[in-house]
Amino acid sequence: MDLLSTVDWSRAQFALTAMYHWLFVPLTIGLSLIVAIMETIYYRTGDERWKGLTKFWMTLFGINFAIGVATGLILEFEFGTNWSNYSWFVGDIFGAPLAIEGIFAFFLEATFVAVMFFGWKKVSPGFHLAATWLTAFGVALSAWWILVANAWMQYPVGMEFDPDQMRNVMTDFSAVALSPVAVNKFFHAVFSTWTLAGVFVAGVSAWMLWRKRNVEASRLSLRIASWVGLAGIFLTLWTGDGSAVNVAKVQPMKLAAMEGLYDGKVGQELVGFGFVNTDKRPGDSLPAIKAEISIPYGLSVLANHDPHSFVPGINDLIEGVSLTPQGDTVNTVSYAERIRMGRTAREALAEYGQARQAGDDAAAAAALKTVRENYRYFGYGYFDNPEDAVPPVAMTFYSFRVMVVTGGYLLLLFIALVFISYRKTSLLERSWLHWLCIISIPLVWICSQAGWVLAEVGRQPWTIQDLLPVQAAVSAIPADNVVLTFCLFAVLFTMLLAAEISIMLRYISRKSKTDIMA
Amino acid sequence: MTELQTLQAYWWLLIAVIGALLVFLLFVQGGQSMLFCGATPEGRKLMVNSLGRKWELTFTTLVLFGGAFFASFPLFYSTSFGGAYWLWMLILLSFVLQAVSYEYRSKPGNIYGSGTFDAFLLFNGIAGCVLLGVAVGTLFFGAEFTVTKTNLLNPGAPVISSWAPTHGLEAIANWRCILLGVMLFFLARTQGALYFINNINDHKDFGISLRNRVLISGTVFAILFVGFMVVLMRVPGLRFVGGRFVEEQNIYLHNAFDMWPLSAMIVVGALMVLFGIYRSAFSSRYRYGIWWTGIGSVLVVIALLLLAGYADTAYMRSTIDPASSLTIANSSSSLFTLKTMAYVSIGVPFVLAYIVYVWYKMNRRPLTAAEVNADSHSY
Repeated sequence: MDLLSTVDWSRAQFALTAMYHWLFVPLTIGLSLIVAIMETIYYRTGDERWKGLTKFWMTLFGINFAIGVATGLILEFEFGTNWSNYSWFVGDIFGAPLAIEGIFAFFLEATFVAVMFFGWKKVSPGFHLAATWLTAFGVALSAWWILVANAWMQYPVGMEFDPDQMRNVMTDFSAVALSPVAVNKFFHAVFSTWTLAGVFVAGVSAWMLWRKRNVEASRLSLRIASWVGLAGIFLTLWTGDGSAVNVAKVQPMKLAAMEGLYDGKVGQELVGFGFVNTDKRPGDSLPAIKAEISIPYGLSVLANHDPHSFVPGINDLIEGVSLTPQGDTVNTVSYAERIRMGRTAREALAEYGQARQAGDDAAAAAALKTVRENYRYFGYGYFDNPEDAVPPVAMTFYSFRVMVVTGGYLLLLFIALVFISYRKTSLLERSWLHWLCIISIPLVWICSQAGWVLAEVGRQPWTIQDLLPVQAAVSAIPADNVVLTFCLFAVLFTMLLAAEISIMLRYISRKSKTDIMA
Repeated sequence: MTELQTLQAYWWLLIAVIGALLVFLLFVQGGQSMLFCGATPEGRKLMVNSLGRKWELTFTTLVLFGGAFFASFPLFYSTSFGGAYWLWMLILLSFVLQAVSYEYRSKPGNIYGSGTFDAFLLFNGIAGCVLLGVAVGTLFFGAEFTVTKTNLLNPGAPVISSWAPTHGLEAIANWRCILLGVMLFFLARTQGALYFINNINDHKDFGISLRNRVLISGTVFAILFVGFMVVLMRVPGLRFVGGRFVEEQNIYLHNAFDMWPLSAMIVVGALMVLFGIYRSAFSSRYRYGIWWTGIGSVLVVIALLLLAGYADTAYMRSTIDPASSLTIANSSSSLFTLKTMAYVSIGVPFVLAYIVYVWYKMNRRPLTAAEVNADSHSY
């Protein structure tokens, strides 16, 4: 088996599946909220026009929902198929959120989504409304558990290493389920789905306004989308700030990579504009960023909410530099030392196994003590050089900026839309506004994907932060097998995406020619 | 029995229950396998819309089956999924195609035409059942794999589980596994026909009579089931005794005698399955065969999986390295995790309760062509 090649293709396949999955899931989560709001208005007012509007958006929800479910299935099983070592090494902890997700969230949405679509004449209006809200709750709940699992990979807590089983075991469920990283990640992701769905509904409504079809339905939809989107983008920015603080604390290397920062300082500026110098390597004297325009103190504020705080760069982290004006320790162990500690833990673990087999309890206890003392950096033992633990800087750097710039644009867009919806309704007839909303649809998806690229590429090369790098997490499958499944799924997902977009466009076009609210 | 052993047994029971419910819910796949058996386009539409209200339950149960295995027996998850790569990938592929097909098949603009999506449903209906049966067959009949946890200490080759170089394709060529897969397919097909009888009022557009299909598929299933049981009772297995694995001829037969209540469950379950088939095949108005056959098959599957995992039996035997074989003791999660998840499992009856309630509310009246044609969201 060509291990590195298998690793690279397994990463590519997982990235492919996750990115396709995240094309559909945010729309499912966000649109379920908008549909539930519309149906609530129908339920409270008894106005049949709102029922028509609810059904229109519900159908679009349904078209999107199915493919999100499909890609999610692959994602869950790929932990086993492509990352079998990972599945054993941390399955004791990681499997639990996935099982809970299945028991409580997936069944909730699977059961009540059928009522949502087919129950209009089979159940009472109140029951139907409850089913719609339960579906919305179910999709958000499923996000909770998978994001708990994801957050745990980036900030492993509530566990200890079991040397006899050669794996990590859970010791504190609440620490896993309610870790601050998980809580922040969940809200950041879910609020971003409100933004995305808000843009989608606004864009579709704007298209109908541009074609002068279903004007009333479009204005009402646009108004709800504006509020949901505005709330979503505000809360996304707020939780994004929390996310940056968390990253600074628990993944300082990711923060350094997303800034292209090699040598940190007190009062660190934020790169507002610039190009990553791809020739730059840790320890050399080349400039990291070309054509840089910086925001003074920006990164210190972003990372620590303190303009005079120290933010370590890649070189600082590798060398183990630890400085803050407050005297707090950022990092005390150099990467060379971490590699040594990881190897020491590994060797001690081998000695522990031999001592256990020989029945030498004293030697086993001594080896275990060494394992415990060095286990924190176990994963570094798989590296040859400190640079191996540095994530791809360029992709992390650019994805952060794409996310922030598009997110900032969306904030302005929603502020404008809310204002226009109430105070300047005459602007709703302007083509430029329609097209602004329409072109925002791809932009919000780019923003959303960029966020995940930042989160996942920025944590490379780890599957479990500091404990298990990707090359030690993979399955024993020849690379050509993974290449084949990668190509298979790439073609399949692309074909299905094309079908989904085509169906949506045809549906919107066809329905827009009829009275949606009838 | 220690607390850990009790929890391991409890979680194996839950796995068996989830697996059994999955087998019952494969009536969706069984129904899909009949889409092209002489049905008119109207009949096919009715079939799809009947199944389309339930496909997500099957799909979700499959997801839960994987998730529950991951949480409770991660070494199985790691070894089987990472090992029998192609087998599981083909299963996943068939279910991915199914997931989009209901929603897309009749929607204008679906690019590939409704026939393509119906073909996807047919593929999932046949391949999904057979391949799932093959995958479960590796539990009963073993597979070529090794587990060496100390490989983690070798940076050059850290992977702990390795499988035959054909990565699951060899299981598809194993006649015993295929026997189980084909048997599962005919059970699903029987249940599919029973579900249509229960859920749809008018069967005139379905081609061959549904009751004839129940009789034919049910008879084939019964013959294959007898054959499978004979094969199963004769195969050797491994039992963990005195700190090592010992090969034992007719291990499932011995387990069946030693755990006789499970044997009784198999007999009762099989009789219920046969009763459901018989009543539905020979009575022109009987609609409830799905429940007899469904509950019967759940009982049989639970009992078979318990026979495979209890009494220190290796539920997945390595045919090349007995010491690598998996038991519920050596492949489970830790005491803490099993206990935590046991508390979580208290919620399962509530989940089942609302599923049953919603099923009742949605299926009170059989589906009609008029209802499907009037529904704006019909498939």
